[in-house]
Amino acid sequence: MPPKTTAVPARACVEPIIEAVGLGRDFTVSEGPFLRRRRRTVSAVRDVDLTVFPGEIVGYLGPNGAGKSSTMKMLTGILSPTQGRVRVTGLEPARRRTRLAARIGVVFGQRSTLWWDLPLRDSFELTRHMYRVPAADHARRLAELTALLELGPFLSTPVRQLSLGQRMRGDLTAALLHGPRLLVLDEPTIGLDVVSKSTIREFLLRLNAEEGTTILLTTHDLGDVERLCERVVVIDQGRLAYDGGLAGLRASVPSPRVLVVDLVGPAAPLTVEGARCVRVDGPRQWLELSDNPARVIAEVTRRHEVADLTLREPDIESVVAALYRRSAATAG
Amino acid sequence: MRVYCAVAARGLRRYSTYRAAVAAGLFTNSVFGVINAMVLLALFAARPEINGYDAEDAVTQVFVAQGLIAVVAIMGSPLELGERIRTGAVATDLLRPVSLLGWWLADDLGRAAFHLVFRGIPVFAVGAFLFDLLIPTDPWRWAAVAVSIALATLVSFALRYLYELAGFWLMDTRGVQTVAGLLGPIAAGMLLPLPLFPAGVGEVLRLLPWASIVQLPAEVFLGKDTLPGGTVLSGLAVQAGWALALFAFAAWATSRATARVVVQGG
Repeated sequence: MPPKTTAVPARACVEPIIEAVGLGRDFTVSEGPFLRRRRRTVSAVRDVDLTVFPGEIVGYLGPNGAGKSSTMKMLTGILSPTQGRVRVTGLEPARRRTRLAARIGVVFGQRSTLWWDLPLRDSFELTRHMYRVPAADHARRLAELTALLELGPFLSTPVRQLSLGQRMRGDLTAALLHGPRLLVLDEPTIGLDVVSKSTIREFLLRLNAEEGTTILLTTHDLGDVERLCERVVVIDQGRLAYDGGLAGLRASVPSPRVLVVDLVGPAAPLTVEGARCVRVDGPRQWLELSDNPARVIAEVTRRHEVADLTLREPDIESVVAALYRRSAATAG
Repeated sequence: MRVYCAVAARGLRRYSTYRAAVAAGLFTNSVFGVINAMVLLALFAARPEINGYDAEDAVTQVFVAQGLIAVVAIMGSPLELGERIRTGAVATDLLRPVSLLGWWLADDLGRAAFHLVFRGIPVFAVGAFLFDLLIPTDPWRWAAVAVSIALATLVSFALRYLYELAGFWLMDTRGVQTVAGLLGPIAAGMLLPLPLFPAGVGEVLRLLPWASIVQLPAEVFLGKDTLPGGTVLSGLAVQAGWALALFAFAAWATSRATARVVVQGG
């Protein structure tokens, strides 16, 4: 791993690792039957301002088709912007694509960079030549990543025989062997089981803490966001809808806390002032709170025999969903 | 450079796992070569000489062509580039700090090297066993043949790369592949030696790059004065010229394609 593991310095004197100003991309699409085909311009991304400093973990969220992937492609240099300007590690991505590739690591969750017919170890060896990593550095780093991501048992297995979780850990390793300063992840936990997701999340946190690697990730898995990201950027219909802390995101959209009540037996939906019953499942009921929880809890326990109570904070999923609805309403 | 060697080695190793395909290819090429040779022998029984070619020249070219068929891959086994452009998987290729053209060239040269040893030479040996072929005795001629085969492989690669690179503009190159897969082998002199075409047609086909893939290597092998410029060296120069021109064009087209790249899929 890189020799320096310094803490993130104060931001005022640090160059941003990603700097995008007014970034936009239009596509021309052809529509209609063969002879009466019409051309129409669609903007996938508009006016995106994004500044990311070294050492941050930023979650880039948005519904399908919001412009997440287009932004990622512009940041990594495989799609040239039609408006605005962008710099990543000081380079203009589309013009310096191969130079930039040597400085960053990219994992697309739905596409593997590994070679289907080669054992994992051989894929890593090919990666080593590609990034011109000295053999000793490569061996040391591979050993570290093998230990952290528990690759040992399947290093000699051809990639086509790996499970999705194993393949994803292999892809992460391939993206990190050259010690990039920035790791760009497009849906890194898609399709993985709970254990694999958790392994990858803990690994990313450790990478960020120990090496100061900046991480930008898109995901639909809000567990990823809650575990990993201090900062989230939400894009919807090509425009930024939110950029800030996770707590601020919750506050920006009113979403009530929920009280889960386990009664001793099934009952009619509870009616309590300051709460609204939203779901009933046998003896368990979900109450959406609009008032002080203490008062509602006191009221429920006074009137019913209660086996258990849980108070749930609004989860980020419902917050983001509310944000999408709101931005759709303002756009429409 | 190391990375391209590693890629070529991988290309070579990958093809070596398909043993049944190698055996089937050997059988097909040999059978087709025998049929082709017998048809030409029947033709030359009626006319002893056509445009500077006699029966032995023609039959020798048949087996040079059958030997080259898998090496230059002009009739099939496309590069995977077109498919990767169509599915958007080319995005991961572009995220690597290597040249797209260099990468695919290395991969294809690994494949070609494997096919030269395990398909090309055995098929030619079958032909030499069954027919009287004109086999060069001069070691310099053999050196020229080696250079000519290498240049043929490069010209063929550059053309096939361009067919598939068109995918960046066309999104789907199956139309290009079908047309090129049909016309390429004819213009190359793979199906019939170019001197046997009607006068005029053969002359025009000789002016195209495809002639460098089979016709010129066969004439270098035979040491024919029908080569452009009349000598083996001038024949090699024409092949090298095409290789240079096509690689320059491929490099330019690659930079154009990746500058306006539209990688498909989310």
